[in-house]
Amino acid sequence: MRILDPINEMKLEFVARSSNEAFARGAIASFVLQLDPTISELSDIKTAVSEAVTNSIVHGYGEVLGTIYLEAKIFETGKIIIRIRDKGVGIPDVSQAMEPLFTTGGEERSGLGFAVMQSFMDGVKVFSKPGRGTTVTLEKNVIRRFVKEKKQSAVVG
Amino acid sequence: MGMKITKNGRRCTVLLDGDIDHCSARSMREMIDRYVNEEKPEVLCLDFSKIKFMDSSGIGLIMGRYKLIKILGGRLVIAGVSEGISRIIKLSGLGTLGIVKEER
Ligand SMILES: Nc1ncnc2c1ncn2[C@@H]1O[C@H](COP(=O)(O)OP(=O)(O)OP(=O)(O)O)[C@@H](O)[C@H]1O
Ligand SMILES: [Mg+2]
Repeated sequence: MRILDPINEMKLEFVARSSNEAFARGAIASFVLQLDPTISELSDIKTAVSEAVTNSIVHGYGEVLGTIYLEAKIFETGKIIIRIRDKGVGIPDVSQAMEPLFTTGGEERSGLGFAVMQSFMDGVKVFSKPGRGTTVTLEKNVIRRFVKEKKQSAVVG
Repeated sequence: MGMKITKNGRRCTVLLDGDIDHCSARSMREMIDRYVNEEKPEVLCLDFSKIKFMDSSGIGLIMGRYKLIKILGGRLVIAGVSEGISRIIKLSGLGTLGIVKEER
């Protein structure tokens, strides 16, 4: 195995029901637990995934019960790459959609989903084609705890 | 998801429970709005101290209740905000409305 290969990968498919927002958060949390993230890193990841999955359900599919694809890869270095994909309506203007407070969602949506993803993760990429769907790629680098421990034991011993 | 509403004079406190996401926010919103429309409280306090997870749907929930209570001539207070939730609230600019009670 090369050093750049992921140490683990997962792929999930689920229907775009809002009750699956909690499922997606739980699934990603238990997958990335292998990297031993801090509580706050874990909460950042769960929140960002919740935003992207909710967008696919609310905006991507709307009344349609489509399929959401969730994929994740983790790397020895502590890097996590998560991809959330839908085959929904797509976004006509991605940079406009990513502006804070921009929303097409009406009264109960605040237009903050992308802003939250950007602030809680180290990287956010959005690829979308109207009529074809949207792919959001999230990246996060968690600090490897064994690295910290090694440093400590080097100091002590 | 659970929710407990207590009334003290013209002040209503809603103790929210569970995760706040798009799915749970809908029923929370419906229950709060029904209650607020009936009771027309002077102060509506949303207590977040039992909330362990909240995404931007929670901001929509707060904003919507803020608008409703204002129309009814009342005032909204947000209490029990943890560090995690406080980060989202800061991002939203809701902090500048002066409705968040600093504590915890
Ligand atoms: N998967 C998607 N499919 C189609 N449109 C999307 C998708 N994700 C986002 N959008 C568009 O981008 C806009 C901004 O999304 P963002 O998550 O930032 O805010 P929001 O969902 O409208 O509100 P909030 O997330 O605060 O509840 C949405 O209103 C919608 O128009
Ligand atoms: Mg959103």
